[in-house]
Amino acid sequence: MGLRTFVGGVHPAPSKGRTGDSPVVTAPLPQKVVIPLAQGGAPCDPLVKVGDKVQVGQKIGESQAFVSAPVHASISGNVTAIEPVACPNGRTSLAVVIESDGNDIWLNTTGGSSLDAMSPADIKGLVREAGLVGMGGAMFPTHVKISPPPGKSFDAVIINGAECEPYLTCDQRLLVEETESIVLGLKAWLKVTGAKKGYIGIEDNKREAIAAIKAAVTEEKDIEVVPLMTKFPQGSEKQLIASILGREVPSGGLPVDAGALVQNVGTTYALSQAITAGKPLVERVVTVTGTPLKKPLNIRTRIGTLFSDLLSFCELDGEIGKLISGGPMMGIAQTRADVPVLKGTSGILVLSPQEARPLPERACIRCGRCVDACPIGLIPTLLDQYCRHEMWEQATQGHVADCIECGSCAYVCPSKRHLVPALRLGKAEVMAQRRRKK
Amino acid sequence: MADKNILLSEGELLVSSSPHIRAEETVDWLMWQVVIALLPAAISSVYFFGFRSLFLMVLGVATAVLTEAAVEKALGKEITIKDGSAAVTGLLLAFNVPANAPWWLVVLGAIFAIAVVKQTFGGLGYNFVNPALTARAFLLAAWPQYLAGNFPLPLDTITGATPLAILDGTAAGTLPSYLDLFLGNVGGVLGETSALALLVGGLYLIWQKVIDWRTPVAFIGTVAVLSWAFGGNGGLFTGDPLYHVLAGGLMLGAFFMATDYVTSPVTPKGRLGFGVGCGIITVLIRLWGGYPEGVSYSILLMNLLVPFLERWTVPRVYGTKSAQA
Ligand code: SF4
Ligand code: SF4
Repeated sequence: MGLRTFVGGVHPAPSKGRTGDSPVVTAPLPQKVVIPLAQGGAPCDPLVKVGDKVQVGQKIGESQAFVSAPVHASISGNVTAIEPVACPNGRTSLAVVIESDGNDIWLNTTGGSSLDAMSPADIKGLVREAGLVGMGGAMFPTHVKISPPPGKSFDAVIINGAECEPYLTCDQRLLVEETESIVLGLKAWLKVTGAKKGYIGIEDNKREAIAAIKAAVTEEKDIEVVPLMTKFPQGSEKQLIASILGREVPSGGLPVDAGALVQNVGTTYALSQAITAGKPLVERVVTVTGTPLKKPLNIRTRIGTLFSDLLSFCELDGEIGKLISGGPMMGIAQTRADVPVLKGTSGILVLSPQEARPLPERACIRCGRCVDACPIGLIPTLLDQYCRHEMWEQATQGHVADCIECGSCAYVCPSKRHLVPALRLGKAEVMAQRRRKK
Repeated sequence: MADKNILLSEGELLVSSSPHIRAEETVDWLMWQVVIALLPAAISSVYFFGFRSLFLMVLGVATAVLTEAAVEKALGKEITIKDGSAAVTGLLLAFNVPANAPWWLVVLGAIFAIAVVKQTFGGLGYNFVNPALTARAFLLAAWPQYLAGNFPLPLDTITGATPLAILDGTAAGTLPSYLDLFLGNVGGVLGETSALALLVGGLYLIWQKVIDWRTPVAFIGTVAVLSWAFGGNGGLFTGDPLYHVLAGGLMLGAFFMATDYVTSPVTPKGRLGFGVGCGIITVLIRLWGGYPEGVSYSILLMNLLVPFLERWTVPRVYGTKSAQA
């Protein structure tokens, strides 16, 4: 068949059937949003105070740091609190709480422009002003990502439409429903980076998305749609670059070292919204799904909407075994449901108590499955031992710092070993040691 | 908006690290797959050697399982007999004795395999040599009269030599045909004689992705090539590879013992090297060693080399030029 792909990886059940074909619906306007000031890079300083009236799209947080993206009000109303809150990415951040006035009044923006009228510098400025970050989860500020360090450049831009996480379908829906916008966004990435070739990589089980994008780019010589093998973690930056370009990001390096800029579908859509409608990043599509929900949906919702609001909208019916922000392979389990949707929240997944039952960890039987599954070429079972016994030297030599925490190893492990937390710990320790040495 | 009791504001929900889904395969499932894959060979041994063979197999399994439970109980550890690994060891041990072996030999062997080889190192996952094979080596050293020399011939009450011993010249007799070898209608220990039954079970394990094809293919391939090259009396490449492949427990060793997870490398290339190493040692022993049979010792020797093999076969890490140890 010759589908492009990478080495290693696993095949979890896609579990996308319940939302894959359901068009994006818009959530009712939330009565309250909680907008963390740390959403990509350095935390922002609040630009508003309690009691202020704000409009949609108004900048409410900004930082002087280069590696930081501003945040904007996502509903109109009153600022009722500025307080630390727990975020679904596991961090605590100062957040601006806004109570809605119910009117959804948008700040008078320029009303948009056209890509042709913009210079690369204009686009870069807009990317920062619109508060764009990686919307796949990492939330790295996009204006930083598109600024290569001196002496380096991009020759290829890849739109990451792999969406390899089970359950998640928001990118798939955007590709089908907002095809033109995404193509426009890709052209903007090409313009701003000067890269010659654009790729849109989509796993081959998303036939509708592939067909839609293909139809939209028949005239575009510089844009290629690349169907990819359905395999996790196809959508990981490093794996995508290997699958599509046949290149590798050097160990310890950045994608730019392989000449590649990888952009999330949501971020690309947000860029085109910023260009054509002058809209900053105040809303996103989130897949809200899981067996305890009667009505799983792809929902367009405002940043800062509480998970609990979306769960009610999807008619939660039954007990929550686990509440996950993101997908089941790499998402983060939540202790509570009153956390806000961030710019990087791609999914809210509810597992039933049965699905979430803890599996006892057994001794490693050395079956080697984790070694076969690791897309990076690590030996997870050995790294697991090194990290648990704090053998940092061996862990460093075993390249623990290259682990992308994808969970493929733990997924296949018949002994149900908790490999990821052990490796994550080791990775953090080894990286810290490296920094101390510098 | 929401009125249900889902608005947890306290830390009440279960949290644990990603991934939040796991593949269905468990250790138990894998081990019972091995038991299933051994059934064709078990059935053929009952067919060829009679019910005494069934008795010895049941005895081996029962002793192994009871020993595991007893040792774990005595050590205050979790009883893990339902994971099937003790049953596999007991069955493999019984596979390694002839049908006319005394019953206590099987009992002693199973106790030795579990209590000494497996549990003293900490149980499943920690033993560095294959328990069944080590127990067999122990029995062979202590009571060679039962394990070497005269084996019951199938469908018969008389005893005779194994095909390899005849080929080797260490025993007299007429060589059975390829077909008899393939079907298992030859002298030998319980589980090793029917290449067909073992092949069926082995292919099943590969199909179910329980074992890696690399180990048996490398093992059997190496034996075939080397015995063809050096096994003949008329010079290079006059040997009889088919005979060497079908006889003498190679199928049993290659599919079921060399593939033992715990005692073989975790790296794919390591498993390839492990199979090749087993093949070389097997042929060395068969052609030039004192034994007509070399499979078990080759695997045991290679078990000891696993740490080195793993070090030499570290996969290439993404984004690096070559593998680094
Ligand atoms: S998959 Fe699990 S049991 Fe198998 S080698 Fe890796 S850690 Fe050990
Ligand atoms: S979590 Fe790390 S070690 Fe495990 S498969 Fe992914 S990259 Fe490899």
